[in-house]
Amino acid sequence: MSLQRRDFFKIAAAGSAALLAGKATASTDSEVQDFKSSLGVLVDTVVCIGCRKCEWACNDENKLPTQELKAFDDKSVFARHRRPDKAAYTVVNKFTDPNTPEKPFTMKVQCMHCNHPACVSACIVGALEKDPLGPVVYDSWKCIGCRYCMVACPFQIPAYEYSNALDPQVRKCTFCFDRVTKDGKKPACVSICPNEALTFGTREQLLDVAYQRIRNNPDKYYQHVYGELEAGGTSWMYLAPCDFSKTELPLLSNDEIPKQTESIQHGIFKSFLPPLALYGLLGLIMYTKRHGADEEEDGHESA
Amino acid sequence: MKAHEVHEVPTPMTVKYWTRGTLIVGAVALMGMLGYLYRMFFGLEAATNLDDQWPWGIWIAIDVASGVALAAGGFTTAALAEIFHKEKYHVITRPALLTALLGYTFVVIGLLADLGRYYNVWHPMLPSMWQGNSVLFEVGMCVMVYLTVLYIEFLPIVSERFRGRVAWPGPLKAFNKLTEAMLALADRLLGRFVFVFIIMGVVLSCLHQSSLGTLMVIAPTKMHPLWYTSISPLLFLMSAIAVGFPMVIFESIIASRSFKLPPETKVLSSLANYTPMLLGAYLVAKILDLTLRNAWGYLFEGSLQSFMWMIEVGGGVILPIVLLSIPKVRKSVKGLFISATLVIILGVLLNRINVFLVAYTPLYSVKTYFPSIIELMVTIGLVAILVLVYRFFVITFPVIAVHPVDRAKQSAGVEMSPAGAKRNK
Repeated sequence: MSLQRRDFFKIAAAGSAALLAGKATASTDSEVQDFKSSLGVLVDTVVCIGCRKCEWACNDENKLPTQELKAFDDKSVFARHRRPDKAAYTVVNKFTDPNTPEKPFTMKVQCMHCNHPACVSACIVGALEKDPLGPVVYDSWKCIGCRYCMVACPFQIPAYEYSNALDPQVRKCTFCFDRVTKDGKKPACVSICPNEALTFGTREQLLDVAYQRIRNNPDKYYQHVYGELEAGGTSWMYLAPCDFSKTELPLLSNDEIPKQTESIQHGIFKSFLPPLALYGLLGLIMYTKRHGADEEEDGHESA
Repeated sequence: MKAHEVHEVPTPMTVKYWTRGTLIVGAVALMGMLGYLYRMFFGLEAATNLDDQWPWGIWIAIDVASGVALAAGGFTTAALAEIFHKEKYHVITRPALLTALLGYTFVVIGLLADLGRYYNVWHPMLPSMWQGNSVLFEVGMCVMVYLTVLYIEFLPIVSERFRGRVAWPGPLKAFNKLTEAMLALADRLLGRFVFVFIIMGVVLSCLHQSSLGTLMVIAPTKMHPLWYTSISPLLFLMSAIAVGFPMVIFESIIASRSFKLPPETKVLSSLANYTPMLLGAYLVAKILDLTLRNAWGYLFEGSLQSFMWMIEVGGGVILPIVLLSIPKVRKSVKGLFISATLVIILGVLLNRINVFLVAYTPLYSVKTYFPSIIELMVTIGLVAILVLVYRFFVITFPVIAVHPVDRAKQSAGVEMSPAGAKRNK
């Protein structure tokens, strides 16, 4: 796959396939980097106390409709599993492992900022992009509103402003991109977390922290860092007290989600050879059949 | 046979535009326009049943995906008549071309209703936004270029109708000469180079027909295994090719009925000869795919999906192969109409609905998607408008081939009505 892709871009660069060269080259960074230095967050659901302050901080930072901080103490929302939507980029849900029903745990969900984001691969105009720093960012100015990103996302994260007739946007966790990259701060949710359930850092650092916690407290943690490998790895990763099938996170293979469509796509368009070959073949048939045909009138009549 | 075709000449239809039938279609079209306006003013939430779990509904599954498949008559007929030079099919190339042209135009109109930011629809043309990894980008570009090619292919027909007869009304008269010159130039260039566009149309069609099948391959965890396959693009292409001729047959029979012309039974029957083979190849591919992926088990799980797959393949593929293999069915207008429409066309329509909606199961869905009244109004309304525009085109331009005797009969019937006479200015 990666080989094919590299070939593709080599050819694109050579100029024979200038058509596809533009934005697509940006995603070659997957070849260059192994995502060790991608910014990410480790969510430790063993430490999380379900205070929902991260929800408030997120709403506040992203200017989403919100309530005063105290209102987020309300635990009755845990009665059902909520999903992030256009008005809340992150939500905390409560889960119970049937083996230890006396110890429920809480888990924050938001965009995972995948290493190989399906939404970015799907996007027709590059409105969603994987920033080299890690975050998957959205540019509404480019967006045409096709919502293919929502079809593609394996975590079912992007939400849409269906109620907005004129200027609807795709809404999801921004990783507080400006706050992190320009102001040098941590994402708002991480900053407010009172119990260090959220750790901000590079993927490499976060994986070290995660495995250290698993090693130090093997009885408290399930031996798996969700997001290290799932779907080719994600910037946000999770620790849990039990196996992840008890949580809302989907069980995914380690395959990059867009791998298959991209290899089909680049197979068909390999330096435009297949379409050109088809063109040539059809032209040849048209030519030979025309001269072999014994019809008195030629095809021009209707052409 | 040859004598027969020599006498058939594409001719503008001389019939009254408005009949009781077209008035009913007009009413449906009006409803569709109201639904369309409602969506534009009040947004997708008010107009549709789409939500974060179900981002795509029937406007994508039917208006776009099925619309493209059912417009496949254009490129399949062009390939048969112009590239493989089966000259007897020339009588149906123009109607097939017009159907494709209007079909694709309405695919775009339907798509605009679905796009949240429809005013940005031109963005994929900007090199700064090209996204070579996106399947949708490829589909979009191919459709855009193909639509242009279709209009170019239609130009000679426009020129045939107006050359030497350009008469702009009133002050626009000044442009008469210029228009004539442009038509002459277009004719001269196209007469020589139209083959470039004909081949291009076939290549572009193969590309985007198959790529439509690649779209849902990006959602492996949400798709039902009966339809989730990496050869989905091949299946989409094969089914599009298989449905092309049945679509042409379907339209030809309706058109001859509507314009009181004898149906082209001979040509249509021999066209239908190809269908069992093309559908058969598609069926073999589908069966091999299920076998190689070891997915037969899903067929007997008793779910909605397994049920829909059986109807799609049993009713839409196997049944018409059987029907069209019977010479008696193939040689009768009624047999052709039923086996070509009710069965094959609905089968492909169902396949596209299955792939885009039935097979798709979002992860945290609390409710299942069913189209809203407005969604249905728009989808049905667009088909109605397409029919009306088609009628306008075949009355205005020489599209449908007619035998001079039949033509005389048809005009005689119409000259008596004032509306028909008025139209013949």
